[in-house]
Amino acid sequence: MDGVFNALYQFQVSFSFLLLSAIGLAVIFGMMGVINLAHGEFMMLGAYITTIVATAGVPVPLAMLLGALGVGLFGAIVEILVVRRLYGRLLDSVAATWAVGLILSQGMLILTGPSMQGISSPFGSFSVGPTSYSWYRVVLGVISLVLLGSLYLVFMKTRYGLRARATIQNPAIAQALGVDTARMYTITFALGSALAGLAGGLFAPTATIVPFFGTNYIVEAFVTVIVGGANALVGTPIAAMLLGAVNAALGTEFGLYIGRVGLLLTTILIIRVLPDGISGLLDRWRMRPTGTRSGK
Amino acid sequence: MRRGGWLLSAENVAFVVFLSFLLVYPLTTDEFSVLNTAYFMAISLMALSLALIWGKAGILSFGQTAFFGIGGYLYGIYTLNVLGSGATWIGILAGVVAGAIVAATLGYFMFYGGVNDVFVGLTTLALTLVLQTFMAQTAGSEWTVGEARLNGYNGMYVPQISVGDAPLYGKPLYFLYLAFLIGVYLLLRWLSGTRWGYGLLALQENRPRTETFGYNVRLMQVQVFCLAGAVAALSGVLYASWGSYIDPSSMGITAAITPVIYVAIGGRRSLTAAMISSMILLKVSQSLASSAPQYALVIFGLLALLAVLFVPEGFMVAVFNALDRWVFRRPPANHGGETNDATPGTRQVS
Repeated sequence: MDGVFNALYQFQVSFSFLLLSAIGLAVIFGMMGVINLAHGEFMMLGAYITTIVATAGVPVPLAMLLGALGVGLFGAIVEILVVRRLYGRLLDSVAATWAVGLILSQGMLILTGPSMQGISSPFGSFSVGPTSYSWYRVVLGVISLVLLGSLYLVFMKTRYGLRARATIQNPAIAQALGVDTARMYTITFALGSALAGLAGGLFAPTATIVPFFGTNYIVEAFVTVIVGGANALVGTPIAAMLLGAVNAALGTEFGLYIGRVGLLLTTILIIRVLPDGISGLLDRWRMRPTGTRSGK
Repeated sequence: MRRGGWLLSAENVAFVVFLSFLLVYPLTTDEFSVLNTAYFMAISLMALSLALIWGKAGILSFGQTAFFGIGGYLYGIYTLNVLGSGATWIGILAGVVAGAIVAATLGYFMFYGGVNDVFVGLTTLALTLVLQTFMAQTAGSEWTVGEARLNGYNGMYVPQISVGDAPLYGKPLYFLYLAFLIGVYLLLRWLSGTRWGYGLLALQENRPRTETFGYNVRLMQVQVFCLAGAVAALSGVLYASWGSYIDPSSMGITAAITPVIYVAIGGRRSLTAAMISSMILLKVSQSLASSAPQYALVIFGLLALLAVLFVPEGFMVAVFNALDRWVFRRPPANHGGETNDATPGTRQVS
């Protein structure tokens, strides 16, 4: 019984870490095809804002939301100043976001020094059998599911969501029908950045606050997006479950490092069969009855 | 243009000036600066590797540092275990071949799987970061390969390059590194002028069209990825043996981004610009390092951002193009910008 609970707990911890790390990256990638290589630094920025605001006396949940908001605004600025100018030059825009990330992490090092006093993990712990578990990590799992549900509502039930999906499907026709696609890209980039900032804020109590905070999560974010593909609502959670299972199994058995190596090897094997990730597989499956596929 | 590439052009003149300077430089300065410049040359091979894969073939690899690290570690492990004359050279070969094999394997999985563009960047970056985490936990004494202790973040001791039993120092080492750098440069320049090299340019512009012309696009991608991996591994071997030391940070995120930044600033389409500008930027970075290392990276980040936004062909290539137009009266050899990519949201479905 204890063993089963332990396995379930490890799985949900891996799942929520992978999902929260990746979701912001996946939202931007799904819409624009751009991989934001400053994603890790955006998470770092979220963690810093959350920590600074919370240390100043603001309640922790509010501090996390403020972190998300701040990084979302910053993302909008980056989109307008940099990414927008590089439409049609995908690889250049990816390289440019990396330069932004480098400036952010080194700039933070100059501004705040090598590390910062963190906030402690709330909610304490509980035990099942001989092992003790952290409540906060269970809460993170719940939050990741709630976040996924809200994103689903945003994309399926709001006007923004409708326009965003139209832009993803065919930007030219969406534009012809009166959708301001440039604005869609800015909003989506800001949304993805805000999600990165929120993830950074949520992880802040569980980690040390350093300028290279983000590098702890980007491998997980990358592999989840690679395996998940372009559909952030369906591909990313399935990928997070799949990789979460691999990571939890290998991690508990052989330790953190082997867990990470296992993630990468699984990913390389999966892309050999599914170059467009799980989203590509779902697309193919959905399109099967008609036999032909039109370009997106 | 095919033969014209070797005639009088800004790029070739710059190369000749650069080479002459490096040949004369050791005669004019002290031992320390000579060794220091040898270090720059070792790292500049990374810029050549990246200019080949990114500039010539349009494949964005963010993980050339993975092959750099593999080369350095493999050379160290081999030369620590096998003594005697000639071990150095087989060690160099072992490092380079290891980098090439890993690159070919990963390349096979990626390119034959149909993975392209940003996904290649992500996968290669993930590879180098995973290798870093793996090497970082090898501090314990159980992580020993024969005589070689991997030693985690304390770094591994790596023997120097030696001829017979005597390690190479000073000018001989410098000229050996120069020979490696110029040799690789000339090999890559020659390859870019062959049918294969023009095929790479074609697949950078448009993969399906290149395929219909009868090129085996996937095979060519694996080949160029393997070659770039070998060059990066050579860079790692020369770096590790230069300092008698290698540690996991050589495969970390900062190490991975620096060559990308150098090449973006100089100009990725030109091997000459990538090589010369990385030498210059390494020198600048070292001068700043004593006072404020963080500022160097912020400045380079800003320069790269400005280059990508306003001078997409790269600063040095822009100068080459201007010289070509106004001094040498010939059409510029290197065009800027990308032509391959679709607009956001219209990814090709294959």
